[in-house]
Amino acid sequence: MDRYQSRRKGTTTMKSTVDHPTAAKPFVANQERMKWHDGALWFVREKRDRQAHSIPEWEYLRELASQTKAHTQANLAEYLEAFERQATAAGAVVHWAADAEEHNAIVLGLLQKNNVQRVVKSKSMLTEECHLNPYLEAQGIEVVDTDLGERIIQLRDEPPSHIVLPAIHLKKGDVGETFHEHLGTEKGASDPKYLTEAARQHLRDRFLNAQAGITGVNFAIAETGGVTVCTNEGNADLGASLPPLHIACMGIEKLIPRQADLGIFLRLLARSATGQPITTYSSHFLGPREGGQLHIVLVDNGRSSIRDRDEFREALNCIRCGACMNTCPVYRRSGGHSYASVVPGPIGSVLSPAADTEQHKSLPFACSLCGSCTDVCPVKIPLHHQLLAWRQEIGREGLLPVSKRMPMKAAAALFARPRLFAVAGWFGRFALRVLPHALTHNRLNTWAVARELPIAPKKSFRSWYRDQDRPANSLPIVTPDPESSPTKNR
Amino acid sequence: MHIGLFVPCYVDQFYPDVAVATLELLESCGMQVEFPSAQTCCGQPMANTGCAEMAVPLAERFVEIFQPYDFVVCPSGSCTAMVVHHYDHLFSGEKRAAFEAVRDKTLELSQFLERYVPAEKLNFPSFPHRVGLHQSCHGLRELRIGACSERMVTGNDSVGELLERVPDLTRVTLKRADECCGFGGTFAVAEADVSVAMGLSRVADHAAADAEVIVAGDMSCLMHMQGLMRRDGSPLRVMHLAQLLCGRSIDINHDAKEQRR
Repeated sequence: MDRYQSRRKGTTTMKSTVDHPTAAKPFVANQERMKWHDGALWFVREKRDRQAHSIPEWEYLRELASQTKAHTQANLAEYLEAFERQATAAGAVVHWAADAEEHNAIVLGLLQKNNVQRVVKSKSMLTEECHLNPYLEAQGIEVVDTDLGERIIQLRDEPPSHIVLPAIHLKKGDVGETFHEHLGTEKGASDPKYLTEAARQHLRDRFLNAQAGITGVNFAIAETGGVTVCTNEGNADLGASLPPLHIACMGIEKLIPRQADLGIFLRLLARSATGQPITTYSSHFLGPREGGQLHIVLVDNGRSSIRDRDEFREALNCIRCGACMNTCPVYRRSGGHSYASVVPGPIGSVLSPAADTEQHKSLPFACSLCGSCTDVCPVKIPLHHQLLAWRQEIGREGLLPVSKRMPMKAAAALFARPRLFAVAGWFGRFALRVLPHALTHNRLNTWAVARELPIAPKKSFRSWYRDQDRPANSLPIVTPDPESSPTKNR
Repeated sequence: MHIGLFVPCYVDQFYPDVAVATLELLESCGMQVEFPSAQTCCGQPMANTGCAEMAVPLAERFVEIFQPYDFVVCPSGSCTAMVVHHYDHLFSGEKRAAFEAVRDKTLELSQFLERYVPAEKLNFPSFPHRVGLHQSCHGLRELRIGACSERMVTGNDSVGELLERVPDLTRVTLKRADECCGFGGTFAVAEADVSVAMGLSRVADHAAADAEVIVAGDMSCLMHMQGLMRRDGSPLRVMHLAQLLCGRSIDINHDAKEQRR
């Protein structure tokens, strides 16, 4: 675990409490890069919009996907058992892991049993969640991430900043620098073609020499015991097909009932993730290849406890498309590392507090509650409502900082007394009018660091209304006058 | 129709003309409008900060205060959404029926105009300006008063349709039609850096579209953007939809003298 912590260059370490506003500060402050990041992700969001628009039944598909996932979760035990039966019948070996530790131990055991020293691994957020790489490396096993983005950040010793686009926080120049340092490419090179070719040559060598391939799983099918892995680079296929040993690691929420359901999810996944009609490679693995072994590790690691909670259950519908990150105006401007969490963005801010509420208590507040994530989600997770539910949970557990709780208590007390509210309002407006600007817009007033306060009017609406001499709360109901119109009135 | 005017607390204190304009607008459509002065705040700041229990007494008072009216109309999508969607968790037992009755008759201003005012009564004064419409998130994605770019459904567009009825008004086309401005209530202070960055890019979108004024159904979004624009000395102005429909001057929230009257 300690080695994973060392992967967090310039970001908060894993175990310390994440303070999103503080972690976001340097990213937002670099205006040029922040705007570029915002634009790059918005570009993906727009591509997604075009692809979603191209399917007339889009909203129907979302509903179907959501219901299919809800059904699967409701019958999860039965489907998991069916999956195990079918996968075993097809020749795979199924393993069960209650948590990250067990998962890592199972994987290590398999590698050691087969005398594996070199592993190629395609993208898997689950192995990231379990911190598998540092665990295996500590045992002297070489693990090479084969997804291009993942390889870049692995060389830089950084965690991914996005679940689909792990190196989206980096520019071409940054990649050029990294490759110059690690792969010996020309200094200052930033041509994507040149850099990709260098990565291809470097990875080819690793693929050919690997003794085992680890992949994630996008969908596991209870009916057949097959697993589906989606990539755009074909790296999972090489990793699973060249070495004799294939280990597929999956969270138990990846299950879908039938082969026929897969079409719904494959259509939604790539469109939502990158705005492609379908991922370049959607590979189906049913049992091991001839002469090889296929091991599937089913991991819980907190998923059952999310499943047990009514407010958060739907978060398990997530198919890890990343659309909520691309659309989130906070994520786009604060960067993925500011969440200091394996899964960043809206879905990460729901999942991370479930794993450790204290540590991730600032994440549900890293959200303006705009609701765009909820509408973009292909499986209809009510993300912004779940973030709001987390805020209440954090309040109930007494984890709200005093700086948040006290002002709210004071405001609530004031709002409960209309007269006092009116008086306080008058004083506030009076103070704003007479005090010098420098005093009302001081550094302690966070609002006013970059924003002017509104101009304080002499009269509140309630006082204006009182002066109109309108009888309060006792007006007779009269028939509307059809003659009056706004133009006539003015 | 007897309408209870529900005025957001910060509008009452800082933008009284928005409430006056709402009152005038509703009365000019022939409605009987009353402002029950016992109202203060709907409790949204507490609920959004994780202190929903503090909002309970405010929510109960709200229901009590607005019970007598045929409709409750509010010039804010956000405060309306609090009552319509987020009061739900705060009521149980015998108080629930009264809450549901009030909830079902609480509407955002443009929603009310669209549903309950005959089209022939919606005649607005001329507004010869270039207008950028800021679609406030809660009106859009909680109340569904407009179509959201994320969803592949043809939705209604209450605010857009009202603006179309205004003579001489020119709507500008924004690059990001329904992006959040970054206000988000206490988010604006708790995550000030990100909030400001969001606001600045929202303002920049309107400026790039050559708008003269940013119009919204929520004054809170406008307060945030106006704060940024004042600091930067931007010539862009902000106006609440109600003020525009009443034919107020484009300077109504911009000119300190006019605002302090």
